[in-house]
Amino acid sequence: MIRFEWLSELLARCEDEHVLVRHGSATQLALVHLLDIDHEDWGSFAAVAHAYGCRWSAVWADQVDSGLFNLNACFEYRGDYLVVRAGVDLRQPVLPSQTPWFPAANRPERHVQDMFGIVFSDHPDARRWTRHQAWSEGHYPLRRDFPAEGDRGGEICAPDADYPFFQVQGTGVYEIPVGPVHAGIIEPGHFRFQALGETVLNLEERLGYVHKGIEKIAEGRDAAGLARLAGRVCGDSSVAHAWAACMAMERAARCSVPPRALHLRAVLVERERIANHLGDIGAVCNDVGFAFAHYQFGRLRETWQRVNGQVFGHRLLMDCVIPGGVSRDLDAAQLDALKASHAELGGELEELSPIVDYHPSLEDRLLGTGVLTPETAALLGTVGYVGKASGRDYDLRRDHAYAPYHRLQVESPVFREGDVAARLRVRTHEIGHSLALIQQLLDTLPEGETALPWQPPASGAEGLGLLEGWRGEVLCYVRFGDAGKVARFFPRDPSWLIWPALEQLIHGNIVPDFPVCNKSVNASYSGHDL
Amino acid sequence: MLRILNKIRKIGIVTEPVAAEPSLEALGIEVKRRVGRRMRGSFAIRAVDAGSCNGCELEVHALNNPFYDVERFGVHFVASPRHADALLVTGPVSRHMAAALQRTYAATPAPKWVIAVGDCAVGGGEFGCSYASLGGVDKVVPVDIVIPGCPPTPTALLRGLLELLKADS
Ligand code: SF4
Repeated sequence: MIRFEWLSELLARCEDEHVLVRHGSATQLALVHLLDIDHEDWGSFAAVAHAYGCRWSAVWADQVDSGLFNLNACFEYRGDYLVVRAGVDLRQPVLPSQTPWFPAANRPERHVQDMFGIVFSDHPDARRWTRHQAWSEGHYPLRRDFPAEGDRGGEICAPDADYPFFQVQGTGVYEIPVGPVHAGIIEPGHFRFQALGETVLNLEERLGYVHKGIEKIAEGRDAAGLARLAGRVCGDSSVAHAWAACMAMERAARCSVPPRALHLRAVLVERERIANHLGDIGAVCNDVGFAFAHYQFGRLRETWQRVNGQVFGHRLLMDCVIPGGVSRDLDAAQLDALKASHAELGGELEELSPIVDYHPSLEDRLLGTGVLTPETAALLGTVGYVGKASGRDYDLRRDHAYAPYHRLQVESPVFREGDVAARLRVRTHEIGHSLALIQQLLDTLPEGETALPWQPPASGAEGLGLLEGWRGEVLCYVRFGDAGKVARFFPRDPSWLIWPALEQLIHGNIVPDFPVCNKSVNASYSGHDL
Repeated sequence: MLRILNKIRKIGIVTEPVAAEPSLEALGIEVKRRVGRRMRGSFAIRAVDAGSCNGCELEVHALNNPFYDVERFGVHFVASPRHADALLVTGPVSRHMAAALQRTYAATPAPKWVIAVGDCAVGGGEFGCSYASLGGVDKVVPVDIVIPGCPPTPTALLRGLLELLKADS
């Protein structure tokens, strides 16, 4: 397949619609095409991209000097990525929204609005999103003049009591507020249900509770420090985020990574995928009272994590991916331990997967529960296992083939039912595929270095990392400032693209099925709130 | 059904002791003894994520897997702070969670303990203090014991609990 062969056609359409593309570059953000457009054309470009069939992926801003923002939006088409960029004047930071064309842009644009004070004039929902009460209206944490420590000292700010939730009214309709503190051992967020009897009429998510200022505190870090922070954007996706950040930094620095390190990174990220799938399969089964599977899969996850600890030095594989490579090499004994662990899991799943796949009482609870139709999934631009269970046949490892996957045979499951059962089935299939991938990776493990010394790039160098984490597409943008220090870090967890699906798939389900629906989606709070 | 029974029979009981964690059983029995004496057999913990990356939660979860199975030592996680003897708090306290943490603390009946779990909860960790993060849990509620680590392993968590139960007894 020839990359970007469609681009000239898209550019011709831009011309037809009078969207002026000032400049295009295939090298500045290498592997991704960068197009400069005028900020007035921000919405019209989205219209063209939408009509052409592009998927919307991300938006982020960056203050490049005292009076100017660069606003970036990323689109995907047939596994190729395009970034459009417009300069936005700080004194007049207003431009059209892309949300009317791509609902996925809704919350991300509101995040940009809260963090930079950029206004999307025709955005259908002007409410704040990330900001609660930690900083005042009219202040914007990612602007240069906003101090990282804020201006509130140790003060404990008021709870966010006056957020204007949507209201559903009618005879017999009642409201259930849930969270931020939930009943289980899980992350905090707020859910507002409107229900009639047992049936959910509407669900509204309110997130942002674990906003930790990650984008701001990344500024001024060196490459190693950024990799450490990226590995903690979302603790269950530590490898994926650290790798995406390193990929962005390595592309910015035009630094190549030794083949052995690339293979080990892929082994790490596949092990992370398997660990999370194992845990979640058990948890979904637990939510419908199937204790057997909960314990069995909990056992497999624990065994898996112990091997992580023994071989890689960390049960969640944190800090294994570093700029330029990986932090440790594996000797023959460790490789054997890994292979043994893969063989063991393969054997276990041969027995356990059929039980989970064909257990009548599980089917009774999971089939037809929490349906996300393929149409809604396409409209929302859903990615990862949530998308794959609803007909979205997309996986970067196969469709955007980056090293080392470009040399591997990558399989990716897809179903159309869109219910909890389908999402579970994607997980069980993915575990099998990941085991096969790991085997290929270890069988063809190149000899040689596992890391090259890091050479900081010149000021202004920028890079975009893109990969398939266990939840789906992870994107990461990094721009360097002076002395090899990070000037902008933007990690886009796939959770941004799957949280909105939960609001839709819960419609018409009963309130008691919310936990299992939520678990089957399992979007990250921390990865989203930043 | 047969398949399930077969699997159960084949796997047997994996609950520790196994070779990997020789000290766990002894540790657990000690915890159980203390829980028996000080807490009349039941130690109820309410977990609160005040801003964590979710790494700490995963390891707290692991305490309930069949290997550690802390319930056998009398330690259990409860759904409401009103039923809790202790709060287990993870994460740096994000400013957006500070009020919720305070309220959860207020809803927990005295006497109560607060266990700060993970480097973030101990002193802000990788996230430190910022416009969005207040840093360690002690900035918001009094802390009785800290369990450092990023994240602490299940064994470290169990050790921390034991230390708490031993303190001033
Ligand atoms: S201590 Fe580590 S694992 Fe725990 S919340 Fe902080 S960064 Fe995450």
